[in-house]
Amino acid sequence: MSDDRIYDEMLGEGGGIRPAYSTFHDWFDGETPARLRAKQREAEEVFRLTGITFNVYGRAEAEERLIPFDIIPRIISGREWQRLSRGIEQRVRAINAFLHDIYHRQEIVRAGRIPLEMISRNEAFEPKMIGLTPPGGVYTHIVGVDLVRTGEDQFYVLEDNARTPSGVSYMLENRETMLQMFPELFSKNRVQSVQNYPRDLRRSLAACAPQVANGTPTVAVLTPGIYNSAYFEHAFLADQMGVELVEGHDLRVVDGRVAMRTTQGYQPIDVLYRRVDDDFLDPLNFNPESTLGVPGIMDVYRAGGITIANAPGTGIADDKAIYSYMPEIVEFYTGEKAILENVPTWRCSEPEALAYVLDNLADLVVKEVHGSGGYGMLIGPTATKKDLAAFRKKLKARPGNYIAQPTLSLSTVPIFTKAGLAPRHVDLRPFVLVSPDRVEITPGGLTRVALKKGSLVVNSSQGGGTKDTWVLED
Amino acid sequence: MLGKTANGLYWMYRYLERAENTSRFVDTGQRIALTRLGSSEKEWGSILQAAGAYDGYMANHDEITKDAVIDWLLRSKDNPSSVLSCIEAARQNARTVRTALTHEVWEAVNGCYMRTKSTLSHKVNERDLPAVLGVMRQRTALVRGATHGTMLRNDMFDFARIGTFLERADNTARILDVKYYVLLPTVMSVGSNIDNVQWEVILRAVSARGGFRMAYGNNTNAQDIARFLILDRRMPRSLSYCVSKIQDNLGYLATDYGTSLPSHDLVGTLRSQLSDHEIDDILNIGLHEYIQDVLKKLGVLGRQIEIDYRFYE
Repeated sequence: MSDDRIYDEMLGEGGGIRPAYSTFHDWFDGETPARLRAKQREAEEVFRLTGITFNVYGRAEAEERLIPFDIIPRIISGREWQRLSRGIEQRVRAINAFLHDIYHRQEIVRAGRIPLEMISRNEAFEPKMIGLTPPGGVYTHIVGVDLVRTGEDQFYVLEDNARTPSGVSYMLENRETMLQMFPELFSKNRVQSVQNYPRDLRRSLAACAPQVANGTPTVAVLTPGIYNSAYFEHAFLADQMGVELVEGHDLRVVDGRVAMRTTQGYQPIDVLYRRVDDDFLDPLNFNPESTLGVPGIMDVYRAGGITIANAPGTGIADDKAIYSYMPEIVEFYTGEKAILENVPTWRCSEPEALAYVLDNLADLVVKEVHGSGGYGMLIGPTATKKDLAAFRKKLKARPGNYIAQPTLSLSTVPIFTKAGLAPRHVDLRPFVLVSPDRVEITPGGLTRVALKKGSLVVNSSQGGGTKDTWVLED
Repeated sequence: MLGKTANGLYWMYRYLERAENTSRFVDTGQRIALTRLGSSEKEWGSILQAAGAYDGYMANHDEITKDAVIDWLLRSKDNPSSVLSCIEAARQNARTVRTALTHEVWEAVNGCYMRTKSTLSHKVNERDLPAVLGVMRQRTALVRGATHGTMLRNDMFDFARIGTFLERADNTARILDVKYYVLLPTVMSVGSNIDNVQWEVILRAVSARGGFRMAYGNNTNAQDIARFLILDRRMPRSLSYCVSKIQDNLGYLATDYGTSLPSHDLVGTLRSQLSDHEIDDILNIGLHEYIQDVLKKLGVLGRQIEIDYRFYE
């Protein structure tokens, strides 16, 4: 991949500064590296003290780590954002319509647009959701759509995180930190605010309360506990929304409602924003070993006694095999062509696709259908011969478990290094709230950046960092 | 408010209080060692007892030495009451009740943890000890200050206070119980002076030398010390003061929730016991017996609060 194929979001053709970055760049030129280095250290101190940490799975000692934060903002113009947000809204509406359809009449299968076995044989399909309509008809209350950019107007959706997307606390804390450290930048640039997210989230969740709710709906956040990698975020969101943060052992079913143990007895919950996977939600209905969930919550849910956000069974919409059908899904439910592009995807379950993937493995990215977090994937161009051979074996053994995509030349944004500004690859996860009457998208989102030169892996579990993301008012 | 949150707040503040008390014990022991007035081994032994760490220490060591005791009390991971263990436990509890804390309190307790962890990451040199103990005092005081300055006076605050004062009462009772034999021979002959070193130990261990002088002047006798630590309503670490604070905060909970529970009766009884007695009565009952009785009642009270407010399932 040669450098001239890579789109840099700050530097245009011939090295000129793109308009969105011009005010920022003028400011940067007036700063000394020493001051910025001090600011970078100051930012880390703020993050550590605030406790914005994550836990890494499978490491004994590294209990809490910081996600590296880079002080150079990623800047998106208002015009670019408008198009993006139209595309995101279209996609999210289609996903909700798709979920309702596959758990009811399955019109999309009847119409022959998706093969039946893609649904019926899919592990993420949840039979307990068949025929059930969640309160307000909303399935995915919170969505984080992962986008990558390859050119001026070229954005691809990498995946639709429709289960329990994380990262929004970083979006908010990154902004808070930047506001504290560089107030002057925000008086020079008109940056759209992200700080209303917690308020909007609470309003949006409350708007999806079940009919049984009396007065102001009681909302709670369900966390697996302090050892979960995203515990900081769970506590942060509960705190910012002003609602209780509960664990499975705080909850039980009382008089047909899910209730939390308070100092004054059990109190019913109307909307549960759960950050626990489907499998662990209800030991009576799903994984019987789970101690993280609430025995019987699914029965309450089916009887209309609680709203679970996101609904169980939404995973089928962000399944990587279903992903390849997204252009059809968008068209089928909205009657419009998809505004955001899908990355061409080979489903290895199909023999012809598998053959192609095996022949071109060194040029492709291969992902597990149900994987996430950058674990268990192969990046062909940077893989060793040994890696490739090992993956060939895996592919032949369980082809249906994998999809493959071309390696995209992800856009770059500058980060601050010892040697000054240096381009690094980024992606973008905007956060979307869905309630019965509207779809809200916070302007910006979480920019993840691969800190290693040339690297395309932005996941925090794999050495990625984050940046504040600005959407300018035009 | 969740029962779990009440539990977390209660223990967070108990552990913070305990960390502070343990570091004060180290300071006291070091002070005696430096002035070389008492038998070092015996004094460090009673320090361990007062800190509730004697049995644990003896299970892990063959003899009592200054360095080993200081290390055990400050930073041993095998000692659940070491300063480091307490601060870690306080911070762990703070994480579980993060939504109940103000930003300021969280930052103070997290900052306290980070500083403690780095300060106590290796054995503390004798020459660094005063500075280390100073840092501990400052850091825990910062949490307390942030708590007072920023937390709402609601049920959360009540549970934080109840934890603080139960731990503090427990601590004062233990130091008295460990040292009662020093006070005993002299209280019998009213007015006789006790050994300077010994009253220094007791008062220093509860940060009360200045307060005592203010209240009783420079003439120290055992009876006054016992009265000061058990019955004095002005002294913020006396049993009477601590129990009255627990009663106040349980009272606010009763008003807020509109229900009186068994723990309210228990604290009421203990409070009247402390306000009805004169120091002579206590000495007649026997100081040791009296303190043992208070310790037992504090334990029962603590368990009843856990039940009344649904700390656990």
